[in-house]
Amino acid sequence: MPLTLVTLVRLVAVVLLAGAAGAASAAESIQPPSMFSPVSTPAAEILELSWLVIGITGAIFVVVETLLLVGIVRYRRGRKDDGREPAQVYASGPIEMAWTIVPIIIVAVLFLVTTRSIATLQKDSAPPGWLDVTLVGHQWWWEFRYPEYGITTANELHVPTSGPGGGRPTFLTLHSADVIHSFWIPQLAGKTDVIPNRENHMWIEPRESGLFVGQCAEYCGTQHANMLIRVIAHPPEEFEAWVQSQQQDAVDDPEVRAGRNRFLSTACVNCHRVTGTRADGSFGPDLTHLMSRATIGAGIVANNRENLIAWVKDPDHFKPGALMPAMGLGDPEVERVADYLLTLQ
Amino acid sequence: MTVIDSEAVAIGGVRQGWLDALHGWVTTVDHKRIGILYVGSALFFMVIGGVEISIIRLQLAQAEAHLISPQTFNRLFTMHGTTMIFLFGMPMLFGIANFVIPLMLGARDLAFPRLNAFGFWLFLFGGFLLYYSYLGAEGLYGAGSAPDIGWFAYAPLTSKTFSPGNSTDYWILAILVSGFGSMLTSVNLIATTLTMRCKGMTLMRMPMMVWIMLVVSVLVVLVIPPLTAAQVMLLLDRFLGAHFFDAQAGGSALLWQHLFWFFGHPEVYILMLPGFAYASEIIPVFSRKVLFGYPAMVAATVGIGVLSLGVWAHHMFAVGLSRDLNIFFTGSTLLVAVPTGIKIFNWLGTIYGGKIRFDTPMLFCLAFLAQFVVAGLTGVILAIAPLDWQLSDSYFVVAHFHYVIVGGLLFTIFGAIYYWFPKVTGRRLSETLGRWNFWLLVIGFQITFTTMHVQGLLGMPRRIYTYPADRGWEIWNQATSVGVVFQIAAVAIFAFNVWRSLRKGQIAGDDPWDAWTLEWSTTSPPPSYNFETIPEVQSRRPLWDLKHPDDPDGIHE
Ligand code: HEC
Ligand SMILES: [Cu+2]
Repeated sequence: MPLTLVTLVRLVAVVLLAGAAGAASAAESIQPPSMFSPVSTPAAEILELSWLVIGITGAIFVVVETLLLVGIVRYRRGRKDDGREPAQVYASGPIEMAWTIVPIIIVAVLFLVTTRSIATLQKDSAPPGWLDVTLVGHQWWWEFRYPEYGITTANELHVPTSGPGGGRPTFLTLHSADVIHSFWIPQLAGKTDVIPNRENHMWIEPRESGLFVGQCAEYCGTQHANMLIRVIAHPPEEFEAWVQSQQQDAVDDPEVRAGRNRFLSTACVNCHRVTGTRADGSFGPDLTHLMSRATIGAGIVANNRENLIAWVKDPDHFKPGALMPAMGLGDPEVERVADYLLTLQ
Repeated sequence: MTVIDSEAVAIGGVRQGWLDALHGWVTTVDHKRIGILYVGSALFFMVIGGVEISIIRLQLAQAEAHLISPQTFNRLFTMHGTTMIFLFGMPMLFGIANFVIPLMLGARDLAFPRLNAFGFWLFLFGGFLLYYSYLGAEGLYGAGSAPDIGWFAYAPLTSKTFSPGNSTDYWILAILVSGFGSMLTSVNLIATTLTMRCKGMTLMRMPMMVWIMLVVSVLVVLVIPPLTAAQVMLLLDRFLGAHFFDAQAGGSALLWQHLFWFFGHPEVYILMLPGFAYASEIIPVFSRKVLFGYPAMVAATVGIGVLSLGVWAHHMFAVGLSRDLNIFFTGSTLLVAVPTGIKIFNWLGTIYGGKIRFDTPMLFCLAFLAQFVVAGLTGVILAIAPLDWQLSDSYFVVAHFHYVIVGGLLFTIFGAIYYWFPKVTGRRLSETLGRWNFWLLVIGFQITFTTMHVQGLLGMPRRIYTYPADRGWEIWNQATSVGVVFQIAAVAIFAFNVWRSLRKGQIAGDDPWDAWTLEWSTTSPPPSYNFETIPEVQSRRPLWDLKHPDDPDGIHE
């Protein structure tokens, strides 16, 4: 392999892309979802392969474009042309053989490396000890279930990190409740489509803790653009703590009884679940630990009182076309409901 | 009385002239006029598709913009894609083939002239059907609007549950109807090529363009039927409660994808091969050299055609195919690079040793070469399944296929129009305006589509009507949108050039480029019967033989 070339390409690309992405997001804590800054095993493997492919295709690019440019300059018709036609060359066996065989060799090399990479990356079942998460895509939000812990949450996926000495990768089983979606966090892994009446799998293994963003990559209707994904990778102990907090029943704070009653006597309960109450819907996100999430509406706005009020009053305000209806509650009632939601730690 | 009568006659006379002309165009079965109708309608739809995408780029120039609603945005990109593929690309290539191929073969028309006209009108009707959805689609539900399912219309988004109203039905019927038109025209081209070649023109003496269009036509006949079948199945799902694609009732969402891409991937070659065809005619003439490696070019064309039938699932690497399938489709897709490479090298071989004239048609073809190399290489990148898991459905893919369809096909189409316009109209397009057209298009194209790769690499999915400001995508999107301005200017200059040259363009003469194929041996424009006497050829370049009796082609082939 032309390793030096690959290294060169890698350097140039990293500088360009990091500069580009960094400039735009210096002020934010969110890292741009670039495949060039992988933090998880599959994404890193893919990037390794990418450098090789970019190196090879880059070299071909340079060679062919140079040939073309040289041809154009060298064989342009001169100013003092004699008007005679150039020698007519019809074909040349050896040359044509060469430019057939060399590409075949390159293709063979690419094919073999890819085959190896597919074999390591694609897993159809979870190796023992991995964290199992079932993902359900909905128009236009994500549901995450942790069968072994009995937890259900939405839009923000929490997983443990792996250290240098190994750890606990996450194995995702993908289902869809409606149309096709695609689950994609470029820093963690390539995308996998989320298809109704079909079970797909993918896996991630974050090696750093932090927040990693992505979004639905398959057009899935009106709000496809706002079907964002946030993955929070925790060190193992922190992850255990998160699991424990999620396993608690919903807080029942007497101070917000009015809001709670309103919530429970409204159609909210047909679509949302709050454990320990009669709210047991599954059409919308589980709200049991709503306040443990940083955003609402699949990542569209920050999760705070103001936005909750605006959301409950009219979800279309943030997310036109969202499948939660405006419930027509009066302002004071909406505020009371919001105050109740704010206690759902 | 007499005064009134004569007035009536005069008015009637004028009206009749105008009506006659219209009547003439509507009822024509002349391949040249039908070709012009095709190209004219295709350009008309190109402008509409361009307006649609300009609105989209206006919206995306800013993060978190709310210029248009998500619904409007989704309809616009669906209409843009459908329009550009089915109402611009296909009719454009059929139009040029219609005009040029019988002339190249030394024939007086296509084999079935009336079928030819029928094919055109089916296509146009399909186009109107699609756009009528803006008025009629929602039916009783509302004021009507266009489909919003994307140009590949993945199930089950297209089911009655997720796409109520009738917009999806208009989409289905439009594609169904224009698809029949395409099939009929292809059958016609095949029959013409196989049976109506002039005396002496063996298969291996056909101009490269005819070979390529033969392969394209065969592909159309092979792959439109599965698409048509899929559309009919979808109609059954939507109207009669069948469950082919209805996942909730046990149907298969992937079945649609297999059927669609079995059409959809060869479709890419159906669109791109004609670009190769124009380049294969133009590059030799303006390099003043015979096309290098004709037999290899024929083989590569057939090879691409055959391989294109076995690569469709590379559009589906992310759907969770088995390992074996991912490996198979990676391999088959990579193989396409071999014949494609042969073509590129053969064009280079044609240029080398030539005396290049930089007339506008050649400029477009040279830019095509430079840009198509990039399209091919990003194609190789996307063929590698693991890389595709990162890049599919991102802006990288959008950049890739616009490099193919704009950087490749649109550039060669412009090249072809500048090349054959003198033959069609008898007048040349202005070279000065042509250069403006060319350079503005190159600049606009590069700004728009080169930056698009970056957005994809930075994780931006396609088909999103807005995006968060903190992703680092905004500057790249701005650049992409700025490029559109240049492209609009280029198309405007082109339109002006056509309008002006039709009136004032330099008279072309029979053979303005000193070219070698038969269409240049008749008058410009050709008479309705094309050739006074059917020509007879001894080689691939009959006009070369005529101009160089001392060194005819035949002895070298
Ligand atoms: C018809 C079903 C339905 C009803 C009724 C409904 N919701 Fe929702 N709700 C949804 C859906 C679907 C979403 C997800 C929307 C999205 O992100 O696209 C949602 C999202 C939410 C969210 C944001 C959750 C998150 O994590 O993003 C809150 C909070 C919420 N609903 C509260 C309420 C309240 C309070 C009521 C009653 C006043 C209510 N909902 C009634 C379906 C419903
Ligand atoms: Cu989605």
